[in-house]
Amino acid sequence: MAAALEQLTHTESKHEASHEVVSALRQPLIEGDKSYGEVTEDICSLLDKKPGVGWWIAFLSSFVVMSAGVVATAHTINTGIGTWGLNKTVGWAFDITNFVFWIGIGHAGTFISAVLFLFNQKWRTSVNRSAEAMTLFAVMCAGIFPVIHMGRPWLFYWILPYPNQRGSLWVNFRSPLVWDFFAISTYFIISAVFWYLGLIPDLATARDRTISKFRRGLYKVMSLGWNGSNRTWSRYETVYLVLAALATPLVLSVHSIVSFDFATSVIPGWHSTIFPPYFVAGAVFSGFAMVMTLMIAVRKLLRLENYITVQHLENMCKVTLLTGSIVSLAYLTEIFIGFYSGNPNESFVIINRSLGSYAWAFWTMVTCNAIVPQLFWSKRIRTSIPAIFVLSILVNVGMWFERFVIIVTSLHRDFLPSSWASYTPTLTEVTIMFGSFGMFFTFFLLFLRLFPVISMSEIKGVVHYARR
Amino acid sequence: MSETTPTNKPQWAMVIDLDRCTGCEACVVACNVENNVATVGAEEAAKGRTINWIRIERYFEGEYPDVRVKFRPVMCQHCEEAPCEPVCPVYATYHTDEGLNAQVYNRCVGTRYCANNCPYTVRSFNFFDHVWDAPLQKAWNPEVSVRSRGVMEKCTFCVQRIKAGEAKAKDENRDVKDGDVTPACVQTCPTKAMYFGNIADPTSEVAKLSKSSRATKLLEDLGTKPKVIYLNEGE
Repeated sequence: MAAALEQLTHTESKHEASHEVVSALRQPLIEGDKSYGEVTEDICSLLDKKPGVGWWIAFLSSFVVMSAGVVATAHTINTGIGTWGLNKTVGWAFDITNFVFWIGIGHAGTFISAVLFLFNQKWRTSVNRSAEAMTLFAVMCAGIFPVIHMGRPWLFYWILPYPNQRGSLWVNFRSPLVWDFFAISTYFIISAVFWYLGLIPDLATARDRTISKFRRGLYKVMSLGWNGSNRTWSRYETVYLVLAALATPLVLSVHSIVSFDFATSVIPGWHSTIFPPYFVAGAVFSGFAMVMTLMIAVRKLLRLENYITVQHLENMCKVTLLTGSIVSLAYLTEIFIGFYSGNPNESFVIINRSLGSYAWAFWTMVTCNAIVPQLFWSKRIRTSIPAIFVLSILVNVGMWFERFVIIVTSLHRDFLPSSWASYTPTLTEVTIMFGSFGMFFTFFLLFLRLFPVISMSEIKGVVHYARR
Repeated sequence: MSETTPTNKPQWAMVIDLDRCTGCEACVVACNVENNVATVGAEEAAKGRTINWIRIERYFEGEYPDVRVKFRPVMCQHCEEAPCEPVCPVYATYHTDEGLNAQVYNRCVGTRYCANNCPYTVRSFNFFDHVWDAPLQKAWNPEVSVRSRGVMEKCTFCVQRIKAGEAKAKDENRDVKDGDVTPACVQTCPTKAMYFGNIADPTSEVAKLSKSSRATKLLEDLGTKPKVIYLNEGE
């Protein structure tokens, strides 16, 4: 460990002394002039170290928040949906907002691991492992809400098409909720397999090095007898490529299908053909923001500044800027169509959103999603860690409100004014929402302790990038 | 949406003459009694969680003192192209071959998607298990199931009465005719503003009234093809 720290302090001088940079245009992806051995040492040593005070504080507080969410969920299931703030007119609010939010968060992981892999973006190697783990946990959080939002969640399996003795009774394949089931389960399975597959070579490395008996046993089972032979590697890389190709369409399909929940309805503010691309862009946007928030914390806490560099963050800022601009364009399109359509219901939605009783939510959304990410045009902001940290959190606040605005403002002003209603969340709903964040961070913190947080095998492939 | 296959089954429809509606809400009371509709209490009602299969909408025209009130009874419109039907993941709501929008309580898992997508907001959700203060539960209609918590419910056009009327016609070896089926609201209406019958039968009263120049449908431009026809007020 001491050696590793010394390594860090001498990074700069050593870098200049022993290696030349190939091109002024190319920056090394991994700083600190790491050798293969140092990479292994840096990542594996994190696993065998005892967790620090910071980790325990984060873990225990996440766990407590998650437990509160579990209690609130149990209360809901035990008493009824009446414990939430919903009414006849507003049938969905926090529940589906959280669902769409978490599914959106997951998208960056798949984007980084699959799309950037196919496009040969080597910088992905530093962040893909954590981003994929984030996807997995986000999809888990998302999956909770469609189940617990049901009036009778103990019958949730009825939306699964399984053989039954009810005659011809089958699920309704026309319902977007059934499509959701297929989209999310496919997404979860592919993400889990992809993440696990990428872990295998690293688990084998960790298996061979760890001093803990428990870990050795765990890694031994999980690395499936990996021996690092040429044949093993060859097969591994083939499967990885195939999985990347399979996962790529999911980046587009999953959130398109989630958007169909709204787009296929008749409610003004939901019934819109731009929803699929708008939702996909929004998902990648919020997902990248979450990756940046997490990576800034991880690189600081685990001292991985050499692996997750400012360059990585800057690249992610650029993706956020692009997708944020697409989302802003979607907002403008919605406003334009609201008036251009000449449909009074459509224009009323726009007026009600921007000036009605939930205008504060609408303007929070516009500020955080349309205005704030435009700051990333400035290189100074793109390379300032504190600025990225704050902006990335603001983006996710905005994206949560985007789903809230879409769901609640569209529902609460129904076609017939006699049905107009309002919605205020209850403590139970708020607790469940924070509980999902608690669960997400609990799982993520366990991941940081249990698995190699950076893909060592892939990092070793790019460690010489832009070096001689 | 609904497959409009030709059928010789009756197609149930309702006509409401708004000229005759006084807004007395007798239909609402009759419906509650007939269909075991729960009373949620003042607190829940204030939260917008009443359970009503039929409601009277009030519209005010003009400025005081020249005010005119218009009433419109609104229940499930039993749309031919019902927005609630395709969205239910479990087929708890579906279209019968008699043109009814059916709701299967036992099958409902309570996603509330149907209610969100209903432009008329005529669907009521059971947010809690409801209690009938004794001895009110003794007044339950044994023909209608009492809905549990987490289930969506709505107007059925008194399907239990429809089934009884059809059975009677079958016993007498004839087609259903006007008067065989009278939903509770229609039966109760003191001004006889409501009519119910088989719109596929051109001799039925609803079929004749539906051709009136006063006939309109609620939110017709949405393309839902409602089976409730309103006769507008004459000036």
